Amino acid sequence: MCLAVPGKVLEKDGMDVTVDFGGTRRRARADLTPDIVVGEYALVHAGFVIQKLDAAEAERTLEYLREMGEHAPD
Amino acid sequence: MHLTEPFGDRALTQPLVERMMSLAERLSPRQVRLMEVCGSHTMSFFRTGVRSLLPDNVTLLSGPGCPVCVTPNRELDQMIALASLPNVTVATFGDMLRVPGSRSSLVQARTSGADVRVVYSPMDALTFAEADPSREVVFLGVGFETTAPTVAATVLEAARRDLRNFSVLVAHKLVPPALRALLTSGEVRIDAFILPGHVSTIIGAQPYAFLESEFGIPSVIAGFLPTDLLEGVVGCLELVAYDQAEVRNRYARFVRERGNVAAKSVLEETFEPCDAEWRGFGVIPESGLRLRPHLRRFDALERFTLDLPEPREVHGCLCGEVLKGMVSPDECKLFGTACSPENPIGPCMVSSEGACAAHYKYGAHRAVKV
Repeated sequence: MCLAVPGKVLEKDGMDVTVDFGGTRRRARADLTPDIVVGEYALVHAGFVIQKLDAAEAERTLEYLREMGEHAPD
Repeated sequence: MHLTEPFGDRALTQPLVERMMSLAERLSPRQVRLMEVCGSHTMSFFRTGVRSLLPDNVTLLSGPGCPVCVTPNRELDQMIALASLPNVTVATFGDMLRVPGSRSSLVQARTSGADVRVVYSPMDALTFAEADPSREVVFLGVGFETTAPTVAATVLEAARRDLRNFSVLVAHKLVPPALRALLTSGEVRIDAFILPGHVSTIIGAQPYAFLESEFGIPSVIAGFLPTDLLEGVVGCLELVAYDQAEVRNRYARFVRERGNVAAKSVLEETFEPCDAEWRGFGVIPESGLRLRPHLRRFDALERFTLDLPEPREVHGCLCGEVLKGMVSPDECKLFGTACSPENPIGPCMVSSEGACAAHYKYGAHRAVKV
């Protein structure tokens, strides 16, 4: 029920955005994230963008996970 | 998609699995009981295989985190009655269709001629209402804080378009009050919560502060990919091991401390909190939403008069106890015999993210001793 999928915003026209989910394009509404812009990643649920990806945080998490792998005891 | 896909990489999960094992060993022989509060987590833990990797002394309980499952028969009966009214079209998310109320279900009503349409977005219901002004369109507003803002935005849009034939049956529920009710009841021992990622994208981390301040229970906000799930478990085990009761956010790429401020203001503009009934819990104070007075004209229960008999419960169905983590699905006598996904008796078996359906589909890897 709370399933939400991230995709890249390709177009924005007022409150209507077109989001690309790895090749599949869908329309969604941006009422809940009015400041989202083309090129950002959107988390889409029930036809609405509910949040946008914080790219810096995503990078930080990936870096932390990779570091964990590098320092893991064999 | 370099920022959204790697969270499932095996190269990244392995160190987390090792960390989980060493923490569990450190905590042994203590049995640690974690509760995942979200139905999407329930499914993801099974589907990704992470659940099968859990150490023997870590138990994962499913909580009241599936909106379909916690919708009580009283509300289901209202939905089915609305669908059965002449000249009414009901628009709903698909997972409500087969949920049995006291005497019927939406899919049975549809077989009897009701106009019940499955939609992907609540905005689709506006499209139906505009396409045929002679029919009343009712949207079934089910879901937690993730979904409620999408319905709120739809109601505000209906007001802007001055639609007269659109209304909502508001059955939304709020997660934090349910956690409070669960802990206050004292019926279940929980060492830490894995908190719902997408609910938290909206509400942020702050509403969970009472878990720490009032109950001394640690919690971790987690996402749904393999690394996210493992981070949820590892985070919980770390907090339990170090006896810290904070709320940790391990889904920071989508969850901000204050959540989604714009979505919260849309919610605030549309709804006000009210008491609500939950399956298994009864009435939980301030755990539901209702339309604010200036939008009350969109309330389906104000618009239509329903004279319904008292709801009935199925004898022997333990969904209420399952939702509180008091029993594991396979402890219900109906599980896998009278009640299965093909012939579901209780809502936790109907919904794909219900604990019973998940346990049935993937086989209970470890019986939960409650």
